[in-house]
Amino acid sequence: MASRERAPKQELLAADGTPLKAALRRSQTVERRRAFMLVAPLLFFLLIVFVVPIIAMMWRSVYNPEIRNYLPQTAAALQDWEGQDVPPEPVFQAMAADMIVGVENRTIGRAAARINREIPGARSTVMRTARQVDEWSAPYREKFIEADEDWTNIEFWRILKRESRVVTPTYYLLAVDYEYSSEGEIVPRSEVYQVYKQLFWRTAWMSVFITALCVMLAYPISYMLATQPTRIANLLLILVLLPFWTSLLVRTSAWIVLLQQQGVINELLVALNIIDETGRLRMIYNRTGTIVAMTHILLPFMVLPLYSVMKTIPPSYLRAAKSLGAHPFRAWWRVYFPLTIPGLAAGCILVFILAIGYYITPALVGGDSGIFISNLIAQNMQGSSAQLKLAAALATILLVAVLFIYWLFNRLVGVDKLKFG
Amino acid sequence: MALPAYTTRVERIWHYAFNVICGLIFFFLIAPIVVIIPLSFNAEPYFTFTKEMLSFNPEGYSMRWYDALLGSSEWMGSIRNSFIIAISSTIIATALGTVAALGLNRPNMPARALITAILISPMIVPLIITAAALFSFFARVGLSNTFPGIILSHVVLGTPFVVLTVTASLAGFNETLIRASQSLGANQTRTFFKVILPLLLPGVISGALFAFVTSLDEVVIVNFMAGPAQTPMTVRMFSGLREEISPTILALASLLVALSILLLTTLELIRRRNERLRGMSPG
Repeated sequence: MASRERAPKQELLAADGTPLKAALRRSQTVERRRAFMLVAPLLFFLLIVFVVPIIAMMWRSVYNPEIRNYLPQTAAALQDWEGQDVPPEPVFQAMAADMIVGVENRTIGRAAARINREIPGARSTVMRTARQVDEWSAPYREKFIEADEDWTNIEFWRILKRESRVVTPTYYLLAVDYEYSSEGEIVPRSEVYQVYKQLFWRTAWMSVFITALCVMLAYPISYMLATQPTRIANLLLILVLLPFWTSLLVRTSAWIVLLQQQGVINELLVALNIIDETGRLRMIYNRTGTIVAMTHILLPFMVLPLYSVMKTIPPSYLRAAKSLGAHPFRAWWRVYFPLTIPGLAAGCILVFILAIGYYITPALVGGDSGIFISNLIAQNMQGSSAQLKLAAALATILLVAVLFIYWLFNRLVGVDKLKFG
Repeated sequence: MALPAYTTRVERIWHYAFNVICGLIFFFLIAPIVVIIPLSFNAEPYFTFTKEMLSFNPEGYSMRWYDALLGSSEWMGSIRNSFIIAISSTIIATALGTVAALGLNRPNMPARALITAILISPMIVPLIITAAALFSFFARVGLSNTFPGIILSHVVLGTPFVVLTVTASLAGFNETLIRASQSLGANQTRTFFKVILPLLLPGVISGALFAFVTSLDEVVIVNFMAGPAQTPMTVRMFSGLREEISPTILALASLLVALSILLLTTLELIRRRNERLRGMSPG
């Protein structure tokens, strides 16, 4: 006893003589590296084929290099210009120099096209002047103005200065129905062009509505599934799982078959004399079509998490509440319902996230009044390079919204709680 | 759910009303899928039941849309394309996802939460955004309008399902089995193939089925990415539904329903085997 107390504090050693702490740390590092090596292939694959393309898309939505690349000197010279009057000689000199280089490299056409996108008709001004400019000498200002009156247009120069920024918010402004006025101020676009804000709202409220419908339909059948004996529950579960495993396009075409004006439901109603030939209901290619079909398609995503939570709630809780004198409704509301909230939250966020990004079903059954923001992203993806950038901006806004909800979901429920089948 | 003797009349009425409501909801879920099957045997090019069909007159029924489907080289070619894409992407996604899930569930995995979030994210990001991003990316690296491009993008979509299902089957995994196997003289490789893999297999297979169905069913990305040589059946169906609707689509849809019944049965069998293996009663 006494001798041990007096002995110098000795470090614990591992079998090979190294200090135990160091050996432990080393072995943990090895273990950690091993675990990471297993994840690494998929992680790097996803980083390259998924994360990087998405970041590139986000960058593309603000990237505006054309003026800066094709007219570098002009862009630099315009930085000192206040935007009040026709620019001074140095700007014209820079423009002349850029034009000479541009004609040589055959890039002037692209620059002219880019300016033309902002100011329709400006292409011919630029191209005509560019063809003459190598015959001129300083001072350039008068010669430019002599060649074409448009060079005195202050608006033209203002826009050129604005578009010489490499990072531009233009496409985000367009995505929420704003644009630059000729004075360079941010103003709402004219009403005819205002589509995107309305569509973001429609996407949001219709998704909320569809989620609410899914809750109303999923709650009773999940309860039934959870309270029936296993044999019956398993049979009923097939009625949920079969739609879940059936192709999205199959389900959408089924709704086209059912809902269209010559479709099964209308024929049935006519045959039963509930409506006459002229009164056939319009249930598809409009909002109704989108809501009905999407509710049907997303319903299993609500039922499955709800069912898996309800299955774990002992039925004796409800009986206990009732035996203590609670009204059946009160027993349900105070005892059963709070226990189902985790499943309800998982289902709601899942359905909402899926709904908000839906494309196929609205495109097929939504007509004009039932399409979502995704459909406009798709439309713009098939257009010009400016439309591609607008599509990237719209997609980024949608993505940020979805990631926010995903983050919230992760905080509240945990992504590892997701279960399928 | 037999009612106990002490229920009041209101409760009794509510009970039957509840059953009727549930019946209607189940009907809503299943009816659209069931209805297309008889319609695919329609003898007329309509999307509704003809009088002959309703009176079960055999002349109202025919196989003409199945003949049209199976006889069309365009449809058959696109079905073949779909299966090429789905099978290749499933194999890659299953391999990558299973290995990643094994690493992710090791006790010493660094930055687990962040990495899990990244691995699951393809499931959360709307398809149209993935399509927009990959469309430009693959155009730049020269993979647009090629099979490898489409397959890689479907691998991206499929891996989260594999990671999730394998993780779920690892959650109930008994670690002592590994030690038992090792104490009986098996080396790591042998332990993996003889003990770990058989127990994981249900998770791996259901993940693979998810990845397969996801790829087979995918329209948005392939719609932008596939050239005429790669057109899969979903894109043909999609444009068919938008332009001239022909009951041929219903014939294909019925075949796809049959396929999903097959998949569902397989999954159910796996689930039962799994429960047996883990010493639980088969449901």
